[in-house]
Amino acid sequence: MNHSTKKELMTGSRIIIESLIREGVDTIFGYPGGAVLNIYDELLNYEDKLKHILVRHEQGAAHAADGYARASGKPGVVLVTSGPGATNTITGIATANMDSVPMIIITGQVPTNLIGNDAFQEADTVGITRPCTKHNYLLRDIKDIAKTIKEAFYIASTGRPGPVLIDIPKDITSNVYEFDYPETVELKGYSPTYFGHHIQILKLVEEILKAKKPLLYIGGGVISSNAADELKEFAELLDLPITSTLMGLGGFPSNHALFFGMLGMHGTYAANMAISDADFIVAIGARFDDRVTGKVEEFGKNAKFAHIDIDPSSIGKNVKIDIPVVGDVKSVLSSLLEALSGKTEKISSGRYDRLGWLEKINEWKYEHPLLYKMSDTIKPQYVIEKIYELTGGDAVIATEVGQNQMWTAQFYKFKYPRTLLTSGGLGTMGYGFPAAIGAQIACPDKVVFDIAGDGSIQMNIQELATAVQYNLPVKIAIINNNFLGMIRQWQELFYHKRYSSSEMNVNPDFVKLAEAYGAVGLRAKNPDEVVPVIEEALSINRPVIMDFVVDREEGVYPMVVPGAPITGMLLV
Amino acid sequence: MEKTHILSVLVENESGVLTRVAGLFSARGFNIDSICVAKTLEKNESKMIIATSGDAQILEQITKQLNRLVNVIKVQELTGEDSVTRETVLIKINADETTKGDIFRIKDIFGGRIIDMSRNSYTLEAIGSEGKIESLIDVLRPLGIKDIVKTGIIAIQRAKKSN
Ligand SMILES: Cc1ncc(C[n+]2csc(CCOP(=O)(O)OP(=O)(O)O)c2C)c(N)n1
Ligand SMILES: [Mg+2]
Repeated sequence: MNHSTKKELMTGSRIIIESLIREGVDTIFGYPGGAVLNIYDELLNYEDKLKHILVRHEQGAAHAADGYARASGKPGVVLVTSGPGATNTITGIATANMDSVPMIIITGQVPTNLIGNDAFQEADTVGITRPCTKHNYLLRDIKDIAKTIKEAFYIASTGRPGPVLIDIPKDITSNVYEFDYPETVELKGYSPTYFGHHIQILKLVEEILKAKKPLLYIGGGVISSNAADELKEFAELLDLPITSTLMGLGGFPSNHALFFGMLGMHGTYAANMAISDADFIVAIGARFDDRVTGKVEEFGKNAKFAHIDIDPSSIGKNVKIDIPVVGDVKSVLSSLLEALSGKTEKISSGRYDRLGWLEKINEWKYEHPLLYKMSDTIKPQYVIEKIYELTGGDAVIATEVGQNQMWTAQFYKFKYPRTLLTSGGLGTMGYGFPAAIGAQIACPDKVVFDIAGDGSIQMNIQELATAVQYNLPVKIAIINNNFLGMIRQWQELFYHKRYSSSEMNVNPDFVKLAEAYGAVGLRAKNPDEVVPVIEEALSINRPVIMDFVVDREEGVYPMVVPGAPITGMLLV
Repeated sequence: MEKTHILSVLVENESGVLTRVAGLFSARGFNIDSICVAKTLEKNESKMIIATSGDAQILEQITKQLNRLVNVIKVQELTGEDSVTRETVLIKINADETTKGDIFRIKDIFGGRIIDMSRNSYTLEAIGSEGKIESLIDVLRPLGIKDIVKTGIIAIQRAKKSN
């Protein structure tokens, strides 16, 4: 190697690509356009090191990068052009931001001298994305490319992760400068707290040993900090019952005896009753979303709260917290375990004292388990149960939004972290399929599903071409009720069955649609066709659409009436 | 009445940082009463003094979110007891033979200065706490204020008293 101080001269485009490679990037999702043509030209020279996935819509690129990131834990990378290319990614960026997904979005910009001129394909991308990114940059100098990319990856993947956007004017990508990738970042205003405060840890330990009716309420933070092992050890050590948000599913095995399902609007009876009866609730990487708490004044009304979260601004936002612990979930759980070691006697007497509490939650569970009634038509829940059984719970499952998403959360028993990819915060229809594509690229050896609705799948159906082009054998299971089902359910319950614009009067023939794209289409119309269709799809190493024609007016239950306490559940 | 809060926000002096900070307030429908920004002694750092009024709990949330911004180095709430605040005001007043004497007297009482003069108007400059500036405006109002400009509040923490 040449150790002289003279660094190699490169174009801005090459500096960008070399920097990405330094960050360990091997796949990017994108779509070309005028402002990024220099970068695209350079990409041809790197085909062996950096794979570019050409999507069919920039929104698809953003969701695919998001799915890649959620499935792998590595930041997903997006490359799009200025103006419409950038604006098309906004929904994907906002989705990732709400769910704390690490992502780098590189957008082209008009040349520096034209910025602010209403130039062709100019948009104020940093202005538009400021509220929906963790941070963003407009580069103005080729000297800053390497440093900025280094910072962007650091910011996106540390602390509470999130999307970081870098807007790069075209002239900078053709100018030439020396390439020198920095080893470290220096950011005065950014230093996430990793380790929980010792005193807070001790307080939490003391309280949990004392508690008669403790409950762990886990969220996506368990997954993003890779804390599933520590969580399991902690829960098993003290015999602590667990409930999870949508985003936390997979953070703790759903088939474990201590797990009582999702809480909140479509949570289980047991979980919602337990929240209301508990005397000590430990929220772990969760953020007290309104879909979780129901009427917030009544949430955990008999409990003291501890809250472990890396983001101080999440703590105490909606619910008053008695023991806040700012820190990385994984590291805080390790500290808790450490603080508990040696307290064997207290631990075992505590476990004994709480037997009644576990029994009580189990009673609730058997009183009102998740239920559905079989009939001559296919029940959506049945499809999802069968997908679970036939994949052994080992698949990566992306979902769309609506009833399909809630049924998946209820009836697929997630066993491992990073196996559920779903838009929890923004609730983005059209997320699931491109996310499944990203996940399939991150996990080539896994079975990847998108459990979809007939409405949602049409929001990014164009990506079927992407899946076919790159031989990605994603399985799309459309729970086809010919309705915007979740909307219909709300109209049924709260608008006197006035089904305003929720019926999908015209849907394509999804089987033919799959075939038109060069994928495989299968259909099940009655219950005994469900298993054979799933089995056939699993045996085909190509993208498959399964069209499950289901009971049109099935509802998602339990359901907490909006604004009511979470114990106010409508049951089946 | 809602209490006025003063935040001292140390930021990296980069383009867009003002928008980021202001955006957190506007996103929650929080009004900024005044905001003063200038460089500090440190290279590439600026300090913003933000005066705002509103619910203390929401403000705490905003403070936490300000801390979350990558370009924000430090956020501090300054309270009346532990800080000194100042504001500068420029007031253009009707000045005729009957009022000139009053203006001069008031100016002296408030420690102000006349910084511009024409045949029928004076421009007065005064510096003081928000309360003092308010009183000055109150006594001048009957004389006929033509125009008024304020800098907004700046504030600094008091030195610790040695005991
Ligand atoms: C982009 C977007 N637009 C609108 C909505 C509002 N919305 C939530 S669920 C839903 C219906 C989804 O229908 P479908 O995909 O068929 O799923 P189903 O509920 O029938 O399972 C709609 C329109 C949304 N979440 N996202
Ligand atoms: Mg539907």
